[in-house]
Amino acid sequence: MRDARGDVTRPIGLRLWLSGGWLALLLLAALSAPLIAPKDPLVQDLFLGRMPPFWMAGAEPGYLLGTDSLGRDVLSRILYGARLALIVAFVAGSLTCLVGATLGLIAGYYRGWPDRIISRFVDIWMAFPPVLFAILLIAVLGPGLISIIIAIVVIDWTRFARVIRAEAMSQGAMDYVASAQVAGRTRFGTMLTEILPNVLPTIVALLTLEMGIAVIVEAILSFVNLSISTDSPTWGGMIAEGRTSVHQAWWVLVFPLITLFLTVLSFSQLGEGLKDHFDPVLR
Amino acid sequence: MTSFLQIKNLNVRLKAGIPILRSVSLNVTAGQVHGLVGESGAGKSMIGKAVLGTLPRALQVTSGEIWLDGVNLNTLPAAQRRKVIGAKAALIPQDPLTALNPSKRIGPQITRRLVDILGWQKSAAEARAIELLGEVHIPDPKRVMQSYPHELSGGMRQRILIASAFAAEPKLIIADEPTTALDVTVQKQILRLIAEMQQRHNTALLFVTHDLGVVSKTCDTLSVLYAGKVIEDARMRRFFTRPIHPYSAALLAATPTYTDPTGSLTPVSQAVIDATEQEVREHDMRAGL
Repeated sequence: MRDARGDVTRPIGLRLWLSGGWLALLLLAALSAPLIAPKDPLVQDLFLGRMPPFWMAGAEPGYLLGTDSLGRDVLSRILYGARLALIVAFVAGSLTCLVGATLGLIAGYYRGWPDRIISRFVDIWMAFPPVLFAILLIAVLGPGLISIIIAIVVIDWTRFARVIRAEAMSQGAMDYVASAQVAGRTRFGTMLTEILPNVLPTIVALLTLEMGIAVIVEAILSFVNLSISTDSPTWGGMIAEGRTSVHQAWWVLVFPLITLFLTVLSFSQLGEGLKDHFDPVLR
Repeated sequence: MTSFLQIKNLNVRLKAGIPILRSVSLNVTAGQVHGLVGESGAGKSMIGKAVLGTLPRALQVTSGEIWLDGVNLNTLPAAQRRKVIGAKAALIPQDPLTALNPSKRIGPQITRRLVDILGWQKSAAEARAIELLGEVHIPDPKRVMQSYPHELSGGMRQRILIASAFAAEPKLIIADEPTTALDVTVQKQILRLIAEMQQRHNTALLFVTHDLGVVSKTCDTLSVLYAGKVIEDARMRRFFTRPIHPYSAALLAATPTYTDPTGSLTPVSQAVIDATEQEVREHDMRAGL
């Protein structure tokens, strides 16, 4: 395909379609959860406990993906769980990216003492086991959405800082950066106009990857019951509950697990696809 | 004729104290081409970088003066120095493949200088950029303005860099081995182009190279460097007929010729190197190093 300028434009790949499609669907579901969820995700009905999904014998009409041991609708809980998962993905992912990429850019481009300080911090940070660190943080901050987001930013900014630092460093050594400076541009201006656009594809790829990781971290924290209050549905919480009854009602465990898996996979694939799309050389 | 670029006793050292440039002095007059030759690591490029203020972080100017168009750069505060250099000097870099920002189209990369330095309107800058691309013999300049660097060949990119170096009418251009990264067949065209542009714009040109053949074709005067020290300053013709310094003579003798392609190359003899090293040591003693 060629655009108006005669450039070859690549069609959006299947990977981008599938991952983007799943995430769009999820986003839509999360936004309209109160409208489309067939049941109230919190209402228990002990007479309807562990009902199987619709295609199995003994399924209760209206409960498409079955119920958990307390008789709550699995589908509705997944839909409501998507809200928390996506909020955490977008907010925590973006904040982590902002903090990490900024520090990485400064360290990699300015070098010298800013680099020394930031790099030492990264080294120290990475010596902590991340999940333990997150659990410790939540224990100190107390459970809640804000705490989860803070915990994710605090444990994961190093991922961005390290990669972006290396990228900025290699871009900074290029002649076009020297040329920009000879042309009278300030160092800060050069960083924004010359370095940043060239590390952007990497930032985008890392950002979507980080969103997937944020979803996982949130699930892990809910799994160990350290996420937001226990009665609001989270995928991790559902997995934890489903684990105890996996032999009697596998669907309570499997459906949120599949949703989680597809979401995290979509985020990482979206990143790869977007990276190619943002890269002028591959474009 | 007044010299446009004047370097007086410039000393550059590694932060650890090791000298890189040893009391370098040179003059480049408006409209003249001055060659800087020497072997790898002699400090040729570092002189250009010292002038442009793009020395690697590990190096620093310890003493000396750099006068650009009557202004002593070393006495200016950093921001003002950048402005002066931006307005009066430009660089034709060594490697055209890394010298253009890969994520931006060619057009804005050229017009940016006109907008930044001369304060032109964008539309005027664009018209001028297209004109400049024509001057460096690029076919279909309008299309090239819209291209990304990776869509163009090395020779094309070097032409673009030459156009952009001359864009803001600088009075001094530093060409840092502008043809080393190019094909031999393209080299000749590029050299001719640089000479053509230099004459048309009457620019002072500091030409850094290790290729004496290139120097003989392009330069009016030259300095020979050894270990960061200028060991000979000469006018072109005199240098190629009667080099004064034995190292210069040896360097000339080491150049392969077309007339005797089978003859083996003459290396610079150890005696000459020892003598030149001795000279460098004596300089260091005088400088109290």
